[in-house]
Amino acid sequence: MNQTDKSLPLVEFRRTSYSIAEKSAPIISDLSFTVERGERLVLLGESGCGKTTTLKLINRLLLPTAGEVLVEGKATTHWDAIRLRRMTGYVIQEGGLFPHFTVERNVSLVPSLEGWPEERTRSRAHELLEMVGLPPATFASRFPRELSGGQRQRVGVARALASDPQLLLMDEPFGALDPLTRESIQREFKELSTTLKKTVILVTHDVREALRLGTRIALMKAGQIVLLRAPQDFLQAEDAYARRYIETMTINAEGRVQNDE
Amino acid sequence: MDFLQRNWPDILSHTAEHLWLVFISTGLAVLIGIPLGVLLTRYKPLRAPVLGFASVMQTVPSLALFGFLIPLPFIGGIGARTAIIALVLYALLPIIRNTVTGILGIDPPVREAAVGMGMTDWQILRQVELPLAAGVILTGVRVAVVITIGVAVIAAAVGAGGLGEYIFRGLRQNNNQLLWTGAGISAVMALAADFLLGLPERYFDTRAGRVKEQRGRAVFQRIALGVIAALLVIGLGAFVFNKFSAWRAARTSAGQSEQSSRVRVGSKDFTESVLLAEMLAQMLEARGVQVERQFELAGNLTHTSLVAGSIDCYPEYTGTAYTAILQHAPITDPRAVYEQVRREYEEKFKVSVSEPLGFSNDFAILVRGAEARRLGLKTISDAVPHARNWRAGFGQDFMSRADGYSGFVRAYGFRFTQQPREMDLSLTYRALAAAQVDIIAGNSTDGLISALDLFQLEDDRRYFPPYEAVFLSRMDAVSRTPALADALKRLGHAITTEEMRRLNYQIDGEKRDRRQVISDWLKSKGL
Repeated sequence: MNQTDKSLPLVEFRRTSYSIAEKSAPIISDLSFTVERGERLVLLGESGCGKTTTLKLINRLLLPTAGEVLVEGKATTHWDAIRLRRMTGYVIQEGGLFPHFTVERNVSLVPSLEGWPEERTRSRAHELLEMVGLPPATFASRFPRELSGGQRQRVGVARALASDPQLLLMDEPFGALDPLTRESIQREFKELSTTLKKTVILVTHDVREALRLGTRIALMKAGQIVLLRAPQDFLQAEDAYARRYIETMTINAEGRVQNDE
Repeated sequence: MDFLQRNWPDILSHTAEHLWLVFISTGLAVLIGIPLGVLLTRYKPLRAPVLGFASVMQTVPSLALFGFLIPLPFIGGIGARTAIIALVLYALLPIIRNTVTGILGIDPPVREAAVGMGMTDWQILRQVELPLAAGVILTGVRVAVVITIGVAVIAAAVGAGGLGEYIFRGLRQNNNQLLWTGAGISAVMALAADFLLGLPERYFDTRAGRVKEQRGRAVFQRIALGVIAALLVIGLGAFVFNKFSAWRAARTSAGQSEQSSRVRVGSKDFTESVLLAEMLAQMLEARGVQVERQFELAGNLTHTSLVAGSIDCYPEYTGTAYTAILQHAPITDPRAVYEQVRREYEEKFKVSVSEPLGFSNDFAILVRGAEARRLGLKTISDAVPHARNWRAGFGQDFMSRADGYSGFVRAYGFRFTQQPREMDLSLTYRALAAAQVDIIAGNSTDGLISALDLFQLEDDRRYFPPYEAVFLSRMDAVSRTPALADALKRLGHAITTEEMRRLNYQIDGEKRDRRQVISDWLKSKGL
């Protein structure tokens, strides 16, 4: 990604639509937005609003049925799928770790696919484990089933960062964690991504997570963005659906988390 | 035990033959099944038809499958090749199905992560799918091996050898030692294979939490390699042993033969047919002809093999040829039957029919000797009034053929209150002696008749057509080998019914070695 024009937006959706079959209702319809370098865009919305599909259109797990998605100014249809995915970090719920790989090997996955020398791969993996708060001396040789949910999630993040991608795609990465763990991981992750200057696109249905992590928040409904704001303006939105979503979600979360930063 | 001690080299070579069959068949099934299974996970439309085909193959009875394969060019014929093809077809289903379920059963997020990380399809297959599905796939292989060890027993029916020979021979000759040897060794083999292949399986289970301290991949690889190596050693050992036995056998027979040309002598799968074939084989060998023995072919395989050219000659009965093969309605005149058979075989199959050997092996309606004496039974008609409450037991052959059961009950006016039990012919003698049934249809020359004190009722209404023993031989083989024509001529009218029954009894009753029995007899007759 380094040799390309830095003035282009990193990701751009141009009137993009996606549907599973020709006749079925579109999951994404006529979606347009851009993501600038260094921002953390949160795609917020209830299940089935198309936020995960939007994410998968970026690393070419899906191809648009109409319009196009540009990454670094080049349509995903023109990207080599393998290349595109290897330079894009991808984190999914529960991490999607390989159960038969040790923690170290999970983290080393992309470097070893890229053919890095063994020593460099190893020190990179250890550096990353240190970074996400899992001392390699203790954790490198463990298997995923020997970790707690939070630890697995940290390994998932470390794996996505391994080849130092500029862009990080995260699909409900902290969804399965208990509230306390979630909060501390969210805080750590925010710091980490700011220091590393990563561009992050994160999918969640949790308004608090969106407010905590996003530099911009896109509220999605039925395959379209109904509201796209900075977090400080987001709560003041007067759009009816946004108000209802914010209220329901905050009331639901009230009992669990009282203190916001 | 004594039997094992005396025969261990023979038992060892049959066991090696069996192992070799199992090894090569499951090996091929793995080489075909796993890639095919992987393919099915990629192309969904293929899945149902391929799995369906494999399931159907498993439901085809093995003898039927062998019968179907024999006449086919290239893959057919008799011997190990046909058996291996059939065994591979049986072993495919568990391997394909477990490969498919193993791969499709992987947690969807794991697969999604693999794709999302930018792994190629090949990398996903090798690094993620196969290792994670390995436990399930291995279970499939284990099932396939155990099934194959069992089914390979049937391979003896097409002359592929193996432990099945003991089982078939044991059943036929009423010999429990043979039966137990064959069944026991194959059962132990199946248990051992099940256990050995179960070992690595446990380590492949990623949830079992076994692989703790060590790096998992190394352990997987080490164990998998260990098992593969062990299997290879066993397989190669069996192969070398096989070749060695064959070489030894070839050396012993090469001493006595002048190698004019080779004659393949076949036989059906019962004692008398084997003895007659052995008789011809020894006579040919004495005349310097190299002989290949293709004995104990089941059911109709002898005829199919003769016509297909897999064997050159085998002993047959005129009545069988007339009704079962030429499909004529049964008649009772021996001369007419013989002439008709001779003419038609020459025209239709280019097969020549020898002079009758002198005895005939007719259907014999048998009851227990004690019962016959108590009721004063002499003829079949005498038995009709008593038979109302008798249980009858007949071989599949008798139940189905034109001159069998249906005509028989009509001719004599039998009324059985219970439907006759249909069972394997060799089992009916034992069933009768053990009073499990009260009347059976055996063969008049069977040695077991006197061995088990059974009584043959006279066919007073002359219902059964004649079953004169003859040799059938391919005409090309006869003209190629003058010694064959000569031997066949010498055998004409040489054996009486009483003699044949005695020969049969020496095998079935006294359990003597068949080669010895035949060479003694040939000497005594000056043949």
